[in-house]
Amino acid sequence: MHVDLASIAFWVIAIVLVGASLAVVLQRNIVHAALALIVVFGAAAGIYILLNAEFIAIVQVLIYAGAVTILILFAIMLTQHSMGRNSNPFSTQWWLAALICILLGGGIIYAVGHSVMAIGTATSPVLLAGEGSGVGGTVVRLGQLLYSPFQYSYVLPFEIASVVLLVAIVGAIMIGREEEE
Amino acid sequence: MSDVAIQLIGALIKCVVVIGALLTIFAYMTLIERRVLARFQRRVGPNRAGPFGLLQPLADGMKMAFKEQIIPSKARRFVFLIAPSISVFVALSAFAVVPLGDTTAWGNSVWAHALAPYIADINVGVLYILAISSLAVYGIVLGGWSSGNHYSLLGALRSAAQMVSYEVSIALSLAGVLMFSQTLSMVGIVHAQVNYGIWFILVQPLGFLLYGIAATAEVNRAPFDLPEAEQELVAGYLTEFSGLRWSLYQMAEYINMITVSSIAATLFFGGWTLGGLSGIPGLPIVWYVVKVAIFLFIFMWLRATLPRIRYDQLMRFGWQVLLPLSVLNLLATAVVIAFGWPWWISGVFGLAVLLVGGAVYYARMRRNHPLTQPTQDEIGLLLPQSVRLVHIEAQALATNGTNGAISANGSKGDKSGASAEAVEAGARP
Repeated sequence: MHVDLASIAFWVIAIVLVGASLAVVLQRNIVHAALALIVVFGAAAGIYILLNAEFIAIVQVLIYAGAVTILILFAIMLTQHSMGRNSNPFSTQWWLAALICILLGGGIIYAVGHSVMAIGTATSPVLLAGEGSGVGGTVVRLGQLLYSPFQYSYVLPFEIASVVLLVAIVGAIMIGREEEE
Repeated sequence: MSDVAIQLIGALIKCVVVIGALLTIFAYMTLIERRVLARFQRRVGPNRAGPFGLLQPLADGMKMAFKEQIIPSKARRFVFLIAPSISVFVALSAFAVVPLGDTTAWGNSVWAHALAPYIADINVGVLYILAISSLAVYGIVLGGWSSGNHYSLLGALRSAAQMVSYEVSIALSLAGVLMFSQTLSMVGIVHAQVNYGIWFILVQPLGFLLYGIAATAEVNRAPFDLPEAEQELVAGYLTEFSGLRWSLYQMAEYINMITVSSIAATLFFGGWTLGGLSGIPGLPIVWYVVKVAIFLFIFMWLRATLPRIRYDQLMRFGWQVLLPLSVLNLLATAVVIAFGWPWWISGVFGLAVLLVGGAVYYARMRRNHPLTQPTQDEIGLLLPQSVRLVHIEAQALATNGTNGAISANGSKGDKSGASAEAVEAGARP
């Protein structure tokens, strides 16, 4: 078996990722579960770096590990008696969840091997655009893909995503607003 | 040796050197800050240990190392123990992409690449710093939460809200520079300034000011040091920490100051460049250090000068002043770039916004707090009896004559004889 630096790094990261993911669902203390979630996001960023997608990796850390998880922690600390030992009790339907996980995992593994969309036969513009861009070209290519008005333009989906965020903000303001008499 | 091995060895050497340098600078920053604050407050400051107090950091370090490390019985032990380390780890990691010097004259050998004066030149450098520093809040939040103390938790939550709010402004205020440099790499941004022939402070004066304010809030320095406001929260998230763990938090704060100063120097002041003087070998790192030192001094200056702002003022300022101005700066820069106008239009626009904003602020402040000199009669009324202001009272005495002053004080009725004596004592040279 051929062993190089990248595959060693992949296996280390993968083991950390799976272990931390299990910790997220198995930890009895919900704050510890949230901490494990940070490790999950960080490890996922590591996988992205191995895939030569530095931009996505950094944004993953910036948004998910940095902002989203801190909001989760914020909500937990403000609303719960988070010092309690058993703040994240097991669901009684864990066997159902395990069954779904096994089915989903099996489906993904099968698809990676047999799907027509599997790597090597893919024809998506994103993959094609990445070709020949060399190391470090992902930021420029990504920007062109997102914003270029003519070819492979993803401006519309991008803007629609921002409208979704706007709806969430307006909703939060409506809920948080004090009632006026 | 293979290229990869050389790269790894080079990176390792640079990491050791940079971490060692940062920790030493941290130790002496505490001394320098205490001396500078003392000068501001007309004190002497620590000068007993060694010449000029140079051994003071060593003494402090020994004291911290031998102090008992108290772990409160209500603390969540594991998180409590690792939280300070998270802070320091994050602070040190963020420094990895800061370019300390020039490499153009170094040739193309493998060793030259391996020992280039930055630990990494990644093509998303600025984003990397933003991402890593967005993790800095965890050290504080987890430290506060795990202490099992309400003051600590409140300080931590304040800190989280503050850092999340001001991060947005930081990113937006840096975006103008990124548009001009056309790259996210810190090394590339310095070279872009060399190519333009100017520092980006001239292009982005507004962006620099916004970044400076937001960065001060981001590193929790005065006047934004609410997370550890001692009048309100004992010491905030630091309350339950003692000994080395407490000094780890201090270390993280100072290293973060160095990092944000380095970003300011690199993005707005050309990093290691200084006109034609950066061509001489060995000098670029000196210019870099000088620029960062100036920013660090400004941090101390602000701490000595400005009172801490209130929490609601902090939030309102961040969201209602800083954020809209950052967006305005970003839009104006985008227009200049899109139409291919020369760079100075962006600079003039930034200066104009600063002038107008300053004028509006000044006018509103003067309307709310009119500028009036207290008259000499009022001085007697304004000062509490315990206060002796030698300058003002001596002046008053010189004009009125000693007897007149005493009789004037006596005629106010509520003044005691002791006050009149104090005035007299103050007037005596």
